[in-house]
Amino acid sequence: MQKQSIFQSKLLPYALVAPQLAIVLIFFYWPALQAVIQSFLLQDAFGLSTSFVWFENYVDLFKDPAYFEAVVRTFVFSFAIALSSLSFALLLAVMADKPLRGGTIYRTLLIWPYAVAPPVVGVLWIFMLHPSLGVLSRYLRAMGIDWNPLLDGNQAATLIILAAAWKQISYNFLFFLAGLQSIPKSVLEAAAIDGARPMRRFWTVTFPLLSPTIFFLLVVNIVYAFFDTFGIIDTMTRGGPGKSTETLVYKVYTDGLLGGNLGSSAAQSVILMVMVIVLTGIQFRFVERKVTY
Amino acid sequence: MANVTLRNVRKTYPGGFEAIKGVNVDVGDGQFCVLVGPSGCGKSTLLRMVAGLETVTGGEIDIGGRVVNQVEPADRDIAMVFQNYALYPHMSVYNNMAYGLRNRGMPEAEIKTRVEEAARILELAPMLERKPRQLSGGQRQRVAMGRAIVRQPKVFLFDEPLSNLDAKLRIAMRVEIRKLQRRLNTTSIYVTHDQLEAMTLADILVVMNGGQVEQVGNPLAIYEKPSTTFVASFIGAPPMNLMSTRPDEIKAQLGANGAGVQAGILGIRPEDFVITDQTPSGGVALPLTVEAIERVGAETFVYGARAQEEDRVAATPGELPPGEIIVRIPGADAPPIGQKIRVAAIRSKLHLFSADGRTRIEA
Repeated sequence: MQKQSIFQSKLLPYALVAPQLAIVLIFFYWPALQAVIQSFLLQDAFGLSTSFVWFENYVDLFKDPAYFEAVVRTFVFSFAIALSSLSFALLLAVMADKPLRGGTIYRTLLIWPYAVAPPVVGVLWIFMLHPSLGVLSRYLRAMGIDWNPLLDGNQAATLIILAAAWKQISYNFLFFLAGLQSIPKSVLEAAAIDGARPMRRFWTVTFPLLSPTIFFLLVVNIVYAFFDTFGIIDTMTRGGPGKSTETLVYKVYTDGLLGGNLGSSAAQSVILMVMVIVLTGIQFRFVERKVTY
Repeated sequence: MANVTLRNVRKTYPGGFEAIKGVNVDVGDGQFCVLVGPSGCGKSTLLRMVAGLETVTGGEIDIGGRVVNQVEPADRDIAMVFQNYALYPHMSVYNNMAYGLRNRGMPEAEIKTRVEEAARILELAPMLERKPRQLSGGQRQRVAMGRAIVRQPKVFLFDEPLSNLDAKLRIAMRVEIRKLQRRLNTTSIYVTHDQLEAMTLADILVVMNGGQVEQVGNPLAIYEKPSTTFVASFIGAPPMNLMSTRPDEIKAQLGANGAGVQAGILGIRPEDFVITDQTPSGGVALPLTVEAIERVGAETFVYGARAQEEDRVAATPGELPPGEIIVRIPGADAPPIGQKIRVAAIRSKLHLFSADGRTRIEA
């Protein structure tokens, strides 16, 4: 039990953690505090005067139907991205988990997309699916689909979801593969002897045993879809056409930086901050308890 | 109820490694067959081939008169107990046992009857709702057994089921497995590296080494007449003493039988030695210097060194250093270390093998 009195001086331990604390305080807490303060302020149109308005920015937000649309849109995007990315990654992981010739190469290749920066992902997908430039667009038109994500909001949304989900597949794949490899072979062999066919074995043994991984990834993917899709949206659609791909994070940017409504933008960031805190809280709570089976 | 017959069974891995080099074993209905051998001898591979978890490269595996080489594990009507138990961690004890029955579409009422019956036999009734992680090692082992018996399969397969238990529990479970098997009268194949488990459980003992069967038979018969030096030193603890002998010695001991034998290996079990100054007629006597003594209470092991260089035999698996002899004497009285003693064994207790150790020479 020698946990204390290693340091001679009482100041030394504080001095040692000071750099870390300074970074956290200056780069995380200070901006966050700024946002909170900003969210209580209202500026006139010319930025000449600022007044303290308490919760007016928040009240305005909650009254604004456009904000609710953005909330709903963000949730729809998040679940669509998380669901498609998770299920496809799981499918790939299950197949990569089988003994394959050149399996390592296959696995390495599957991990690569994770190294691609989100704006680059956006550009890649635009090249494939741009209405006039896109390679795939021609085939879609040939199949009789009126493909024009620049005008059609639903198509634009689909495009964003596709690109964002694609980017996250590698990450999910990695965790699923690790999860699958940690399931003892003998448990699956026992299930095979117990008369469970491959599909049933997957749903009754593999899937439940992966549930901790699935839950962890679900939270990570939702956070990703909430916040890290900014680059993809900005390069691909800039929130348009109309506001059909404007998520909460993108709205913070358009309202604040483009619209100049700093108070409302700050209030939106604070709400997002609370969401992240809640999500992270859920995650820690469950991951630490190892909720599982 | 079924026979299990292995006919010239072979297994070659894609890399060219020959794990099983032609095995023939016949396990009669209701018999308990134990596959024993050192690690890497292929015993687990052979069991997994019977289970259908490994493909068969050559030969035939026959369960109850049906060749099952191409049959899925689920359709072989076998149940297997794994070394790590392989319980489904997310299912309760009840569901662990019911899983195999549900997969076969058995009505829930009958499943309940069977699981409760198995739980009663294995004293698991109070734990049916628990998850495997809430159970002790011995209880998990019993759940694994329960999962096998509820299915009422033709054959039980055991893959070193006791090696994760502590010594005391292992002995208790060993007895329980034997009692259970006799009661259910189900043909069983059991893999172990523990020769004591092998001796106590088996109706038929199969001693394996390097992918081949060294000897098959009744455990006591194998103990009394090991057919190779490998079997001689593997079965029995402490292992049989093996010494090389000169042709003239063999001739003296074998008479006419030893005529064609150039040189050979003489084997004597530690318990067959007596400390005495007399030389029994037709037997052997050895002068030894006591080097170490192990007292285990009921008996004492005396480790002695022989003087002559030519006595060095490389026994496989060589558990004895060359030139060292173990003598097992009852009680705790033993000669002091450093004392020169003389030990002797009577003729009927001598085992003779050819020089390569592959053939037993009957005296």
